[in-house]
Amino acid sequence: GTLYLTATHLIFVESSSNNSTSILHHHIASVEKLSLTTTGCPLVIQCRNFRVVHFVIQRERDCHDVYSSLLRLRQPVSYEELYAFSYNPKQNDQQREEGWQLIDLGAEFERMGVPCDQWQLTDVNRDYKVCETYPRDLYVPITASKPIIVGSSKFRSKGRFPVLTYFYQEKKAAVCRCSQPLSGFSARCLEDESMLQAISKANHNSRFVYVMDTRPKLNALANRAAGKGYENEDNYSNIRFQFVGIENIHVMRTSLQKLLEVTGTRSLSMSDYLVGLESSGWLRHIKAIVDAAIFLTKAVTGEGASVLVHCSDGWDRTAQVCSLGSLLMDPYYRTIKGFMVLIEKDWISFGHKFADRCDQLDGDPKEVSPIFTQFLECVWQLTEQFPQSFEFSEWFLLQIHEHVHSCQYGNFLGNNQRQREELQLRDRTHSLWAFLMSEKQNYLNPFYSPAFSELHPVLEPSTLPYHFKFWRNMYHQFDRSMHPRQSILKTILTLRENSRNGESMLQALENVSALTELQQLGVTPVATSEPPAPPPTRDQRSNDGQEEVGEEAIEGTDTERTVEGSSATESRKQRYGELEGTYNSELAKEEPAVVSLEFGVARMTC
Amino acid sequence: MELSEHIKTANVEDAVLRQPLHPAARGTLCVTGHHLLFSDREESSPQHFLLLLRNIDAIEKRMSGSSGTITIKCKDLCVLQLDIPGMEQCLNIARSIETLSCLENVSEMYPFFYRPSDQSLKDQWGLSSTEKHYSQMTDLHDRWRVSSVNRDYSVCPTYPQAVIVPKDINDEMLVKAAKFRHGGRFPVLCYYHRKNGMVIMRSSQPLTGANRKRCREDELLLQAVIDGSDKGYIIDTRSSQQAQQARMTGGGFESKSCYSCWKRLHRQVERGKALQESLIKLVEACGNDSHNMDRWLSKLENSKWLSHVQTALSTAGLLAECVERDGHSVLVHCSEGTDSTLLISTVAQLIMDPCCRTLEGFLALLEREWVQAGHPFQKRCAHSAYSHARLQQESPVFLLLLDCVWQLLHQFPLALGFSEALLLRLATEAYASSYGTFLCNSDKERSVAILSMKTLCLFQALLRPKERRCYANPLYERTELAIWPSVHPQSLQLWRGYFLRWTQQARHLEEAQEEIRNMVILWEKMFEYVCFNFFMLS
Repeated sequence: GTLYLTATHLIFVESSSNNSTSILHHHIASVEKLSLTTTGCPLVIQCRNFRVVHFVIQRERDCHDVYSSLLRLRQPVSYEELYAFSYNPKQNDQQREEGWQLIDLGAEFERMGVPCDQWQLTDVNRDYKVCETYPRDLYVPITASKPIIVGSSKFRSKGRFPVLTYFYQEKKAAVCRCSQPLSGFSARCLEDESMLQAISKANHNSRFVYVMDTRPKLNALANRAAGKGYENEDNYSNIRFQFVGIENIHVMRTSLQKLLEVTGTRSLSMSDYLVGLESSGWLRHIKAIVDAAIFLTKAVTGEGASVLVHCSDGWDRTAQVCSLGSLLMDPYYRTIKGFMVLIEKDWISFGHKFADRCDQLDGDPKEVSPIFTQFLECVWQLTEQFPQSFEFSEWFLLQIHEHVHSCQYGNFLGNNQRQREELQLRDRTHSLWAFLMSEKQNYLNPFYSPAFSELHPVLEPSTLPYHFKFWRNMYHQFDRSMHPRQSILKTILTLRENSRNGESMLQALENVSALTELQQLGVTPVATSEPPAPPPTRDQRSNDGQEEVGEEAIEGTDTERTVEGSSATESRKQRYGELEGTYNSELAKEEPAVVSLEFGVARMTC
Repeated sequence: MELSEHIKTANVEDAVLRQPLHPAARGTLCVTGHHLLFSDREESSPQHFLLLLRNIDAIEKRMSGSSGTITIKCKDLCVLQLDIPGMEQCLNIARSIETLSCLENVSEMYPFFYRPSDQSLKDQWGLSSTEKHYSQMTDLHDRWRVSSVNRDYSVCPTYPQAVIVPKDINDEMLVKAAKFRHGGRFPVLCYYHRKNGMVIMRSSQPLTGANRKRCREDELLLQAVIDGSDKGYIIDTRSSQQAQQARMTGGGFESKSCYSCWKRLHRQVERGKALQESLIKLVEACGNDSHNMDRWLSKLENSKWLSHVQTALSTAGLLAECVERDGHSVLVHCSEGTDSTLLISTVAQLIMDPCCRTLEGFLALLEREWVQAGHPFQKRCAHSAYSHARLQQESPVFLLLLDCVWQLLHQFPLALGFSEALLLRLATEAYASSYGTFLCNSDKERSVAILSMKTLCLFQALLRPKERRCYANPLYERTELAIWPSVHPQSLQLWRGYFLRWTQQARHLEEAQEEIRNMVILWEKMFEYVCFNFFMLS
């Protein structure tokens, strides 16, 4: 096939079938040039959506050119270079504006019942003066005066003082979030103490507030030496302090790397897989986050107590725990719209550093960490335990994950709201939520039952270790050979579509006995969540002037995205054992045939 | 000795029953010859709970003061607890359970007493037979025949009376070949692949022994199988080392020099004690709620159960690949030819043959390849994972088969005509059943016990319309293609429906399954209605 490099995509077109694969440059996590072989120069590209692509390029010089172009292209230096600023889905300004208005956080707080007699909207952060990583609109207890807020913010890391993120109306209990106090070994701050007092007073159901420090105790202790730390129970009246032990971004990054190393191994044996799964610790971390969210949920819904959640800076673990906790408590967040609102609120507006964590610009590799991916996985684990509680299916989560990294839409660009306003994202880019909403049909979970949610408004998941599974569709989304070949989801959606068509057809029949349309009756193909074809319509000129590198070879297994496996098995590359050659090969050996395409003629080389 | 003599205390008032997913209930406990019966005291809606004693794998007694607690661990992995007032009553009941749950004499077992009103002993017994199987495959009639050399079970005590063999081989040759095979299990046909006329044969190991004995008739028999083709494959489900060692005890393998057209492939598929221990470890890990994530994953790994599933599936895949892709006939065997041999050939048939994937087809396959082919169910399923008894011949080979089938179902949810519920039911029935199907170890024993006259047939019962509704796959769509399972470790999963059956989460999944069934039924009705109207109007 032929490889094309454009300003935004890498496109591979198979010469035999005209199938094409395109990869957004922003999705490329790493490019690696392997040592020269007889067939050519291998190039391995790892993507942030866990796709791994191997190319074999015959001439080494070409390979090097591609390699260096990709290195440059994958890491833009400024925001303006990101795809979102050039992406144009043929919408006018009004449609774009409407897209951005889809999610309204003010309305969301109103839905929760805020402002109310105990909680109010404050304009203290109107100009991002008090805390530049917080949004402008913040909700605080009525009794928290401006001096208290300002004083408290000075005592909190990055000025992130305690604010409301979720209000559990039924018991008037609040979930608040902040960063760690700058307490060091003995420092105190009266304003901060009165701030917590105010939060406590705003809830008549409970005499105390839980303070959840989501870090392991050791990490919190270590922070004291740097003048930070955690709340001293002696200084704050009426608090109950609790560590929950979620590891930091560096541990999580390493853990995912280990996991991918294990699952990326060829001819992996079952034992090595399970041992690797264990030693990566990934599922242990996932369980820790869900455990913390359950603790939060129980405190709020069970005891009716308010909870203040923080970690170090209050934008990673805090975001995970607050959002997952809200998801457990409130069925609204388990709908498609509600889930968008939840992400907008707890992740985007409260300043999860998407740009740093997802490596949008060439930044510090130590700041990169799969924190948001973990959140999505926690949600997925819950959807597996409660198949009837979520309006959306797995593909919704995967699609969000895809676009967090694609930089195709403006939502996740930058690190905080202030930065986004400076970039004028609302005027210059499009909103992902509007796009996803327009495709809502593709993300529906056919098993969703609002009645079940009414019966079980608060989810009580089990975190016994055997309920956690490896999320194959996330980490091996593109390995066609690994997935079920047939999908229940797709079939159910097709059946439902058919029955809907039937229904509407019947109505048409009853109303008008117009018989002309009846041919459509039977089968109407239903679109499942096909990847949004990202056709770059504008600015297609490549840096290298549509460089064409001929005579490519590509590995069959990783090239095509399969949202749902096909039912047929012709495309299978995997074999159970070689029939020709040595018979002592261990277990099932996956031997993807490397097809070298020479002038469009396929030749098996392996 | 009458069963009732084992019952010292038949009735206990005021007992408390605790079972998973239910609140504790107080009521009356009864012990009968084959059951534990518990009725609670709810006036409005009395609940009865009936447990087949045969289903009990192990019990533990704990005395405290004047009352005792019996923990009952069932073969279907359910764990119950009974609080019984009165120490003596408690001990009596425990003793009755211990004796009555492992009766040795077949004719005392419950299937001989089970007489439901809606089924009759006169109903047909069984779905399939060698003759029926043969008559369905007209393509093979010119090269294969049904031999009744084993009509009195003298040639091979574990084979049925009729077997399918090549036409060129007469009965005398079969008798000689049988003498050369372990337990007399000479190579017989078990599957004919319509697409290319290739076959799967199965047997036990040849008795070559240390001094490399040969058997002319056995060689001719195999030669007749590949008649016209250049070669065949022998899949030995032992490692080549194990096969070598077997020669020391009189067993062995087909050597290259004597069977020149056959190519041997060794794949070690675990069976016997190792498999039983694997199950015990897995169930132990699933039953312990105090494990953290790391401990759980290491226990899961340590049990090796999933490795066994992977090996079994990939060996079956290899077998199917030899037949379907490579176009050659295959002989599969292990040592006795009654365990992993059957496992591999059954899974391979499911992969290749759409006829085996229907509800009836699957049950008939099980009947042919397991019940009639002589898998010793009674020995293998005497105890399950909880038993403290010393292991004898127990081995969950059949359970491993069901797990493999579940993995297929998981990967091809539309290609199989039956549901997970059927697999769960079979897993339960194989260990403790009201039906006679899984009693005894071979066709011979079954005919001695006259099972077909004195007990009811499970497979027939499962096909009744009422039962069929639960066990058919609502999404089934027949495909003529082979269904090649992925055997990547990432693609295989723990069969949660079985191993974690008694948890709330399994219930949620079951509810979702039920939801699918209802939706599909609704839509089908709807569709019919629409079609009907369409028809009327046009």
